[in-house]
Amino acid sequence: MTALEAVAGRDSRSAARRRAYPFSAIVGQDEMRLALLLACVDPGIGGVLVLGDRGTGKSTAVRALAGLLPAMAVVVGCRFNCEPGGDPAECPDCALRGHHDVGHAGVPVVDLPLGATEDRVVGALDLERALSHGEKRFEPGLLARAHRGFLYIDEINLLEDHLVDLLLDVAASGESVVEREGLSVRHPARFVLVGSGNPEEGDLRPQLLDRFGLAVEVSTPAELDQRVEVLRRRDAFDTERDGFLDAWAGEEDALTRRIVAGRAALRGVTMPAAMLEQSARLCLSLGTDGLRGELSLLRAARALAAFDGDAVVGEAHLRRVALPALRHRLRRNPLDEAGASPRVERAVAELLGA
Amino acid sequence: MSVATEPAGPAAGLATLALRLLALDPAGSVLVLRAPPGPGRDQALRFLGAVLDARPQRRCPVGIDEDRLLGGLDLTASLSAGRPMVARGLLAECDGGVLVVPGAERLGGRLAALLAAALDGGEVTVERDGVSRVSPAAIGLVLLDEGIDEAPPDCLLDRAAFLIDPASLASAGALPEVSLGSLRSARAQLASVRTSAAVREALCATALAFGIASLRAPLLALRAARGIAALDRRRETTLADAEQAAMLVLAHRATRLPEQPAEASPELPTPSAGEAEQTGSEEALTAGEATTRVLEAARAALPPDLLAALTAAAARRASAAAGRDGSARPSVRGRRVGSLPGRPGEGRRLDLPGSLRAAALWQTLRRRQAARDGAKVRDGLIVRPGDLRVLRCEQPRRTTTIFVVDASGSAALNRMAEAKGAVETLLSECYRRRDRVALIGFRGEGAELLLPPTGALARARRCLAALPGGGGTPIAAGLDAAGALACRLRSRGDTPLIVLLTDGRANVARDGTRDRGRAQADAEASASVLRGAGIAALLIDISPRPQSLAQRLCAAMGGRFAALPQGGQAVGAAVRAAVAA
Repeated sequence: MTALEAVAGRDSRSAARRRAYPFSAIVGQDEMRLALLLACVDPGIGGVLVLGDRGTGKSTAVRALAGLLPAMAVVVGCRFNCEPGGDPAECPDCALRGHHDVGHAGVPVVDLPLGATEDRVVGALDLERALSHGEKRFEPGLLARAHRGFLYIDEINLLEDHLVDLLLDVAASGESVVEREGLSVRHPARFVLVGSGNPEEGDLRPQLLDRFGLAVEVSTPAELDQRVEVLRRRDAFDTERDGFLDAWAGEEDALTRRIVAGRAALRGVTMPAAMLEQSARLCLSLGTDGLRGELSLLRAARALAAFDGDAVVGEAHLRRVALPALRHRLRRNPLDEAGASPRVERAVAELLGA
Repeated sequence: MSVATEPAGPAAGLATLALRLLALDPAGSVLVLRAPPGPGRDQALRFLGAVLDARPQRRCPVGIDEDRLLGGLDLTASLSAGRPMVARGLLAECDGGVLVVPGAERLGGRLAALLAAALDGGEVTVERDGVSRVSPAAIGLVLLDEGIDEAPPDCLLDRAAFLIDPASLASAGALPEVSLGSLRSARAQLASVRTSAAVREALCATALAFGIASLRAPLLALRAARGIAALDRRRETTLADAEQAAMLVLAHRATRLPEQPAEASPELPTPSAGEAEQTGSEEALTAGEATTRVLEAARAALPPDLLAALTAAAARRASAAAGRDGSARPSVRGRRVGSLPGRPGEGRRLDLPGSLRAAALWQTLRRRQAARDGAKVRDGLIVRPGDLRVLRCEQPRRTTTIFVVDASGSAALNRMAEAKGAVETLLSECYRRRDRVALIGFRGEGAELLLPPTGALARARRCLAALPGGGGTPIAAGLDAAGALACRLRSRGDTPLIVLLTDGRANVARDGTRDRGRAQADAEASASVLRGAGIAALLIDISPRPQSLAQRLCAAMGGRFAALPQGGQAVGAAVRAAVAA
């Protein structure tokens, strides 16, 4: 085999950081875009699941997030993307050093490739050090790389069950624990889990479905002019990338500013008692399991209000996020998948008016 | 698959054009060669090799494992070098060239998804066994599809620009000479080829008129049009390019015939005034006229028996989806699909090579540590509990419930609605157990596979709701179809379970004649074949009162019997019992 290379050798990751398709240039798919933007405003929203047809720009949208989000402040030299001023005891790298320099880094949007093995997902001993120096050093995995950013899994229904379980566990607890070779590492891993898939490939496990804060459905646009516009923009992006990106830079900046403003406003948004009541009523009438539905609904509504620059959550906000927050949680006849969205729509229309 | 009656010229011309376009810009491009092995296929691959101009053209071994495809840690080399050494995977080795995938119709869902990821990203991301790297893998794919019973995975077909039948190449005799020099200059020019709004709209409208939902189709067609212009040394795409691109890329994806071509034009938006991208003499054409031209060109490239081909393709695709599903998750038979960290026991078997491999990497570290701790270091491998790996094939076999539903007139008279209700109860049961289901309906002259095995139970429900009723009762045909499907499933490692819903009154014999006596005998004969094959079965009698006919049939099948009046719960219990048996 001639194709052997040392690990430290060529890696095109930096080349792969070529500029992605702009988020604001995505045609249509309003629900998906809104859900992703809400997750940018409030990363605690609990992840976004995107289900739908092939070739609808699911991956494009997620990868475009990296270009949209403002750079974040990080501790220089920390491999876990720690936030300056955080508790240094939380992170193995920060705990080692007394003084922290502050730098900036892009918000990570990390792809979890299908063939990934568990050791690379959670992190393991640094193989290079162990082999060459017999030295014990922790090499962070994808979960660490995704901290404070997004972890994207395309074809989530093809991912092996044990990896899915592991991800759900970490996503829920916000930290990753590794015990290996007498090395015990605990590091923060708070990320927005974004999964995408095609339901025709088979159903998602119900417990996985429920863990996502928002679930959106995408479909291919049927109108000719929308399709022509998709083609035009994609073609321009492929052939005149620089010009295309320049042309959209203004829109992208405006969107970034809205996200930043939304984040700042999030805590100040008031949630009137009437809205709590409305959302409880909505969930009751739909018979959603547990409290997760209500919590997601309220959280998404608050994020939307902040994103829209509104100080108070109103029925309009609830209406717009009810579908993505609830459609995957109906205590349903499991076979009635197709009917979930209309049921939510009907309940929303009855309780909140059209 | 003979095309002796067809003129070899134009078809062969299109086929070689597709191959040249693939070679021109392989990255992310997919070409399906639909033909059994033979001279045409060899000729097509030889021609591709010639026009690829020393770019790699590699063949993917059937049943390749993920390690080899993606690349990863090379244990032996790493141990001897004393540092991690990475073996490049096949995808990275093909960078800039083309990977030929034989047996594409049997490709597993995961492998297909890995190939699709490389096509989209032009690189391969490895996060395996302590190795983390991204390597360039700008590849094109040639899918060899024998076109017999299944189709290549949807995720790859959706990305496929070209589908050619290479038989036309075999009959065309010698392939045209292609000047590599002109190909190289075309490649250099490709990036600067511009498309016009008219071409884009015409391709989009044509795709819609042919009922092609995926947006990738017009995108791929546009890319082909640019390639054609580049091959012709032009910097602008013309309508003629779009016509050819539509013939190449859109015609084979058609799911319906376009309506009246004249109707397509008025709906079209006229290009906005601001867009001054129209070119040359075509400026005079309206968008509608442009579309009509492209549409007509693509229509000419449609296979003559489109509708028959469409039905066949749909069936192929459906059964292919079912076949692949099995390989998507690690549940297949005894075949080793990988290893997991964990202790053996409770049904999990030790993966010895995997465990040794895991231990080997850490020997230097452990020796040093042992020496430092003052422990006595023995010769040989130091193995720790954390090294142990178990084989990953621990998931139980999967059950596929085959519903065989009597949709005849008598059944419809009796209790079709209730039968559907019973099936839904059963479906819920299947959902709970994560089973797969298939649906066969029989009425009139024969049986039809309405839904090939699938894990998407919502589809089963829709399919059942749409089940038409009426006609004779060919029970034998239904049971034969179910038996054939059950045997196929079993050969794949699934456990089939047949649930037959009927009133047992067969009146159509196996050969389609209406003869009550023969029909009954045929039905019982088919039933006993199932029994002989040892296939678990359940008969749900949907007649108003339980009667001897259905019970006799059930006895011949060696199955369990349940009558509908007992209600859904009892039916569910019967299924559980049948599966457990």
